[in-house]
Amino acid sequence: MDLYREVILDHYKHPRNFGKLHDASATAQAYNATCGDRIIMEVKVNTKGKIEDIRFSGVGCAISQASASMLTEKVKHKSLDSVMKISSRDIMKMLGTTLTPSRIKCATLPLEVLQKAVIAIRPLK
Amino acid sequence: MIDTRKVRNDFPILQKLIDGKPLVYLDSTATSLKPQSVIDAMDEYYTEYSANVFRGIYKISERATEAYESARERIGRFIGAHDSSEVIYTRGTDESISLVYYSWVLPHCKPQDEIVTTIMEHHANFVPWQQAKLHHGVTLKIWYTTPEGQLDLNNLDKIITRRTKLLAITAVSNVLGTINPIEEIVKRVKKLNPQCLVLVDAAQAAPHMPISVQTWGVDFVAFSSHKMLGPTGIGVLWGKNELLETIEPFNFGGDMIKEVHETATIFNDVPHKFEAGTPHIAGAIGLGAAVDYLSKLGMDEVREHEKEITAYALKTLSSIPGLTIVGSQNAENRSGVIAFTVKGIHPHDVAQVLDEDNVCIRVGFHCAQPLHEYLKIGATARASFYLYTTKEDIHALAKGLEKAQKIFA
Repeated sequence: MDLYREVILDHYKHPRNFGKLHDASATAQAYNATCGDRIIMEVKVNTKGKIEDIRFSGVGCAISQASASMLTEKVKHKSLDSVMKISSRDIMKMLGTTLTPSRIKCATLPLEVLQKAVIAIRPLK
Repeated sequence: MIDTRKVRNDFPILQKLIDGKPLVYLDSTATSLKPQSVIDAMDEYYTEYSANVFRGIYKISERATEAYESARERIGRFIGAHDSSEVIYTRGTDESISLVYYSWVLPHCKPQDEIVTTIMEHHANFVPWQQAKLHHGVTLKIWYTTPEGQLDLNNLDKIITRRTKLLAITAVSNVLGTINPIEEIVKRVKKLNPQCLVLVDAAQAAPHMPISVQTWGVDFVAFSSHKMLGPTGIGVLWGKNELLETIEPFNFGGDMIKEVHETATIFNDVPHKFEAGTPHIAGAIGLGAAVDYLSKLGMDEVREHEKEITAYALKTLSSIPGLTIVGSQNAENRSGVIAFTVKGIHPHDVAQVLDEDNVCIRVGFHCAQPLHEYLKIGATARASFYLYTTKEDIHALAKGLEKAQKIFA
């Protein structure tokens, strides 16, 4: 099994965009009670409705942390619309690994949090 | 001494290969594996006499009733009950405790009353008392452990008061492995307040060591079948007869009544008044076969075997750098469950790497989140043992942990 691919371990050990934003447009977090994982996402949006900057923080397993790190790189400078269009299938593709059902939640938790933050900025019509 | 090789032959799942590799099952605290005799007893019911109990005036129904009630008698003997009518079939430990909540606590506890529980409880023996506090104004007191995960009995006289109606306590912690001295605790509690009832969560005790509800001197005991070689979906609430006679059922329906009229109902006798509807007949028969299996081996032998494996696992695991064991390091006062953390590796990732070699462990809060918060630890990994666990299983665990450390180095 190739779950812990080099790129996943790299993002886990050296997370990108980890930390806090002092001027975030929105912050969201979620907690996975079965494993105690917590992901916090902070996004800053510019006047054109694009993500200017993004940070994540929290604790979690390699899959959730790597997924969060890769996701922040993926969405930087993207529009809020395109963020809302990301599906869990896209997350699997991004991670490039096959996950067992119990680990899919770990992988998609960061996306869930990010989309929560986007909805906070621009409520769903 | 338990002959593990012989015992393992009784478990069909241990004869199978998964992805070409044998199973290293270290999650018996979550649920145990099932021996062939339990599977056969349930199959026999379904293939030879799968009729409803109590009602049919025909041979296979009478045979089903006889098997269902005979299982109750053997289960009663297994836990040292005087009278098998004190054994109520439920869906499991959670429902057994909920029965006490609905049928005894709600009608008997007033806002100024106190309920005491411990910080090491499974959510099943914690959430009901928290609900009693939130919705009925009962005072909930929590008995905390020492940093080593033991209860200090000297604190009891500060905790148990004239107002304490119930002490709800586990016999064995499903995270720390701590074995609580129930008999001694009950003696002290009854001395401090003879009116205080004691409910024991025996989900982790009944499968692993000899227990006697009479020797304990308690009022209610709850446990599950599936953790003690039996099927899922069935468990037991044992209660003192004089108590069960006076309390009202919380499930209504068929079988639990004697007479139903337009304006009134007369409930059935104990234990049937608590068993509404067609019960889990095959489940009761399966649990009966499970206690037969355990009785034949001897619960003292089961405990001895687990103590030996636990001591070996404690020694093996504590030699792995970066691994921290939660709770006591002494196998004498702990059961066969070891929760641990590995420095720099999230428990999920530990379990995932172990699974590559079919080593099954549990990760998370193990339905004991208040304990994890009290101990200020995040999620943990947990390996647990039973009568079929071997030293080879422990070697496989250690090897897997070293592999995980290599991946995440």
